[in-house]
Amino acid sequence: MFQFIVIFGVLLLLIILYTLFRISRLVSVVKGSNKKVATTSNKVNAALFMFFLFGAFGFFFWYSWTYFDDYTLPVASEHGIVTDTLFWTTMAVTGIVFLITNVLLFWFSYAYQHKEGRKASFYPDNHKIEILWTVVPALVLTGLVFTGLRAWNDITSEAQSDAEIIEIMGYQFAWGVRYPGVKDNALGEYNYQMIDAVNQFGMDLSDKNTYDDFMPIEMHIPKGKEVLLKIRARDVLHSVFLPHFRVKMDAVPGMPTHFKFTATKSTAEMRAELENPEFNYFVTCTEICGRGHFSMVMKLVVDEPADYEKWKAEQPTWLKLNPDYLAKVPEANRELAKIKSGMVEGDENNLKASL
Amino acid sequence: MAIADIHVTEETHSDGHEHHDEHHGNFWTTYVFTIDHKMIGKQFLITGIAWALIGGLLSVIFRLQLGFPDMQLEWLRPILGEWITAEGKLDAEFYLALVTMHGTIMVFFVLTAGLSGTFSNFLIPLQIGARDMASGFMNMLSYWFFFASSVIMLISLFIETGPASGGWVIYPPLSALPQAVNGSGLGMTLWLAAMALFIVSSLLGGINYITTVINLRTEGMSFSRLPLTIWAFFITAVIGLLSFPVLFSAALLLIFDRSFGTSFFLSDIYIGGEALPNQGGSPILFQHLFWFLGHPEVYIVLLPALGITSEVIATNSRKPIFGYKAMVGSILFIAILSFIVWAHHMFVTGMNPFLGSIFMLLTLIIAVPSAVKVFNYLATLWKGNIRFTPAMLFSIGLVSFFISGGLTGIFLGNSAIDIQLHDTYFVVAHFHLVMGSASFFGLLAGVYHWFPKMYGRMMDAKLGYIHFWLTFVGVYMVFFPMHYIGIAGYPRRYYSFTNFDTLNNFTDLNMFVSVAAILTLGAQFIFLFNFFYSMYRGRKATTNPWQSNTLEWTTPVNPGHGNWPGKIPTVYRWPYDYSKPSAKEDFIPQTIPFSETPESNLPHENDMIKLETDSDQKVVVVDEK
Repeated sequence: MFQFIVIFGVLLLLIILYTLFRISRLVSVVKGSNKKVATTSNKVNAALFMFFLFGAFGFFFWYSWTYFDDYTLPVASEHGIVTDTLFWTTMAVTGIVFLITNVLLFWFSYAYQHKEGRKASFYPDNHKIEILWTVVPALVLTGLVFTGLRAWNDITSEAQSDAEIIEIMGYQFAWGVRYPGVKDNALGEYNYQMIDAVNQFGMDLSDKNTYDDFMPIEMHIPKGKEVLLKIRARDVLHSVFLPHFRVKMDAVPGMPTHFKFTATKSTAEMRAELENPEFNYFVTCTEICGRGHFSMVMKLVVDEPADYEKWKAEQPTWLKLNPDYLAKVPEANRELAKIKSGMVEGDENNLKASL
Repeated sequence: MAIADIHVTEETHSDGHEHHDEHHGNFWTTYVFTIDHKMIGKQFLITGIAWALIGGLLSVIFRLQLGFPDMQLEWLRPILGEWITAEGKLDAEFYLALVTMHGTIMVFFVLTAGLSGTFSNFLIPLQIGARDMASGFMNMLSYWFFFASSVIMLISLFIETGPASGGWVIYPPLSALPQAVNGSGLGMTLWLAAMALFIVSSLLGGINYITTVINLRTEGMSFSRLPLTIWAFFITAVIGLLSFPVLFSAALLLIFDRSFGTSFFLSDIYIGGEALPNQGGSPILFQHLFWFLGHPEVYIVLLPALGITSEVIATNSRKPIFGYKAMVGSILFIAILSFIVWAHHMFVTGMNPFLGSIFMLLTLIIAVPSAVKVFNYLATLWKGNIRFTPAMLFSIGLVSFFISGGLTGIFLGNSAIDIQLHDTYFVVAHFHLVMGSASFFGLLAGVYHWFPKMYGRMMDAKLGYIHFWLTFVGVYMVFFPMHYIGIAGYPRRYYSFTNFDTLNNFTDLNMFVSVAAILTLGAQFIFLFNFFYSMYRGRKATTNPWQSNTLEWTTPVNPGHGNWPGKIPTVYRWPYDYSKPSAKEDFIPQTIPFSETPESNLPHENDMIKLETDSDQKVVVVDEK
C-alpha cells in the first residue's frame, strides 16, 4: 500500500511538472518571447553566474579555513616537510590564478550580457598580450619545476650506507616486514619459488644471512635515522603508502623498488601533538590489488633510537619460531643457524674459529 | 573513397530532383546500416547517451556504498543479485568492478565514442562543405564495430564472475590472473575483446575524419579558415590514430599472458598457494604501453570539447574567437606534448627517478598552451554581447571546470608533490573536473547547439537552463570536496574507510558528495526528457537559429543525403566575423564574399576581392581610395 502511494505521488509530481512545462511553453509562444534573441532569462542567467561566484567562493573559503586541521595530515618525515612546502607554494600560486580566472569568467559573463542595440567589440587578437600570457605562465612554471626537481632528486638519491634497511612485502591482502636481524645486520637472499605457507618471504635458507632475520607483526622504525625500505610484492601490484611520512612507492612482483626517508616524530610525540593517545602511524596500500585492497593496513611505530634497538634485540628470529625449517638449512651451516637464530646460546665468532 | 565519389557525381547530376534521392532508403539503409554521416553521428550520440546513463548509474551505486556505508542495499538485489551480500551490503569485489566499469564506460564509450564519434561525424562534412565522409562505408563500419564492442562490454556486466575489476587501467598482474580477482576471468576476456573492437572502430573513424578534412574541404575552405571545431576533431583523430594501436598491442600482449602462458608482464609471482612459472616479464612495461595511449586519450576526450566550446563561445559572445592562430597553435602543441608526458602517471611505480624528472618537466610545459586557451576564452567573452543559450552556459561551465581541474594538474605533474597525492582522491577530483566534467559539458554544449541541425527542431531553452544550473552546481559539489579528502590522504578505489581509524572523519563529506552525485544524475533526466521530447515536439528550427557563421547553417533545416541540395557553397572568409565594425548585422557567414561587404572589410580583405572573381558570385569593385 505504502509503495503504491509513493509511486502514485511520484507520478502525480511528474504530471504536474509536465503541465507546468507545457504552460510555460504556451505562455512563451503567446508572448512571442521565443522569437526574441534574448529574453529575461538572459538577465537571470547572467545574475546567477555572479550569485554562483560569490556563493561558491564563500563556501570554498569557509570550508578551507574552518576545517583546515581536519583535512591536513601532520607531517613526520624530513622530506615530507619539503614536499609539503612545495604543495602549499603551488597552492598559493594556483590559488591566485584560480581566483582571478574564475572571477573574470563569471564577471565578464555578467558584465557583457546581451543588451539590445549594443554591438560586441571586434577584437580578434593582440600579439603583445598573447605573448605576455604565454611567457608569464611559462616562467612561473619553470620556477615550480625547478624547486620540484630539486626536491625529487634529493628524495630519490642514494640512501646513506648506514641507513636502517627494512624489507616490506605486499601480498593479498596484508603487508609483511622483514628485518635484517641484529647479528649480521644483512637481509638474507630470497627466491619466490621457495615461498610456502610458513616461509612467506621465500627466504633462501642456504644463505647465512637469513638465519637471524625476523618478521614482526607490526613495523617499527627509529626516529631520526634514515630508513631504506626495500619494497617487493608477491602476487600483484601493491603500493606502500605511509601518509604521515609522505612516502609512496609501488610494490612490483619481479622488480624490487625502494624508498628512503627519515622519521622526525616518534609515535609518542605525535600522540602528544595531536592530543590523541590512540593515535598510530600506519602503512596502507594505494594500488588496486583485489577484494581486500581497502583493508591492507599495518600498524607502524616510530621509536626513539634506543627503544628501537631494544625492540629489535627482543624480537625472536623467524628460524627460531619455525625450527622445522632447520632441515632445509645445509648440513654444514646448521650449527651456525642455531646460534644466529638464537635457538642455542653461543658465540658466532667462536664457532667460526672452531670450524 | 569510391562511395563518396559516386555520391558527389550523383548529386551534381541530379540538381533539382534531390527529393527523389532522399526517399531511396528504406528503414534499414536510413536508420541502421546507413552511410550518411549525419545519421551515423546520431547513432553514436544515442548509444553514447545510453552508455552515459549506465556509467552514471554505476557511479551512484558505489557512491551509496561510500556515502552511506551502513545502508541496507537489499532493495538492489533484484538488479544486482548475488553481488549484494547476505548482510545486504555491496560485495567488495563488485565495488571494484563498478569503479572499473564506470571508468571504462565513461572514458571510452561516452567521452571518446559519444563525443568524437557524434560530433566529428556530424560536423566535419557540414562545416567543411563536403557531401559526406571520405568513405561512408568505413564510417558505417566504425559505428558497427563500436556497437559490437558495446554489446560485448554490456554482456560482461551480467556474467557470473562479474565484469573486469582491476581498475580501468587494467594493470597486470591483477588483470592477468583470475586467481587474484574474479573479474580477471571471463570479465577481463570480454573487456579485452570489447576494447579491441573499440580500437578498430576508433581507427576506422579516425582515418575517415583525417582524410575528409584534408581532401574534401570546399572551395575556399583553407586550413586557416577552418572552424576551431574542425581543427580540434582533426587533431584528435591524428592523436587517436597514433596512440590507439599502442593500447591494442598492450591488450594483445596481455591476452598472450592470460591465455598462452607468455611472460610479457608477469614475473616472480606466488599466488593461490603456488609459484607461477612466469619469469622475466615486467608489469611496468604494460603501464608504459597503457599510458602511451592513456595520456593522449585525455586529450582525445578533451580537445573536441574545447573545439565545440570555442565555436559556441564565439557565436554567443557575438565576437570572433580571440587569438584564432594561438588557439590552433595550442591545440597542435598540446597534441604533440600529449605523447611525451605519459610517464607522469608512473612517478611512484619504481620507474627510474631520472625518467621522472624528464616527464615532470615535459608535463608542466603542457600547462602553458592550456593556460593560453583559458585566457583566450576569457578575452573572447570580454566586451562581448553575450546570449546565454543553454549551449553557451555549458561552454562557460566547461571553462570553469577546465580552470579548476587544470590547476590541480600542476600539483600532480610535480613528481615531488605527486608522491603524496598519487592515487588519492585528489587525483579523482582532478581528472573528473578537467577531463570528465569538462568534456561532458562540451558534449552537452554540442548537443544543445547543434540539435536544431540534427533534428530540425529546437530544444526547450528553459529546461536547458535548469539542467545546466543543477548540473553545474552538482558537479562542483561532487568533485570539489574530493580535493580535501585527497589532501587528507584518502586512497582511491577503497571499498570502505573503516580501517582508517585515525582518518575516519570524513563521513559527512562523503555523504554530501553521494547526495550531490545522486541529484546531479537526477538532473540529467531533465535533459533526456528535453532531448526526446524536442526531437518530436520541439519548436521548429529556422535555418540559422543562432545567427552563426559556419557552413552547416547554410544547409536546409533538414539536410538530406549530400547536405546541400544544389552546389556546395564556396567559402570566402574565416568563420568568426562577428560584430565586425560597420557591418549591417553582427554576423557575416563564411559564404558571403568580401565583395558584398565593402562597408566592413579590413584593408587586406579588400585585396582578397580580386581573388573572388573566378567564382560565379557578383563582383563588386571597390575603390580603396
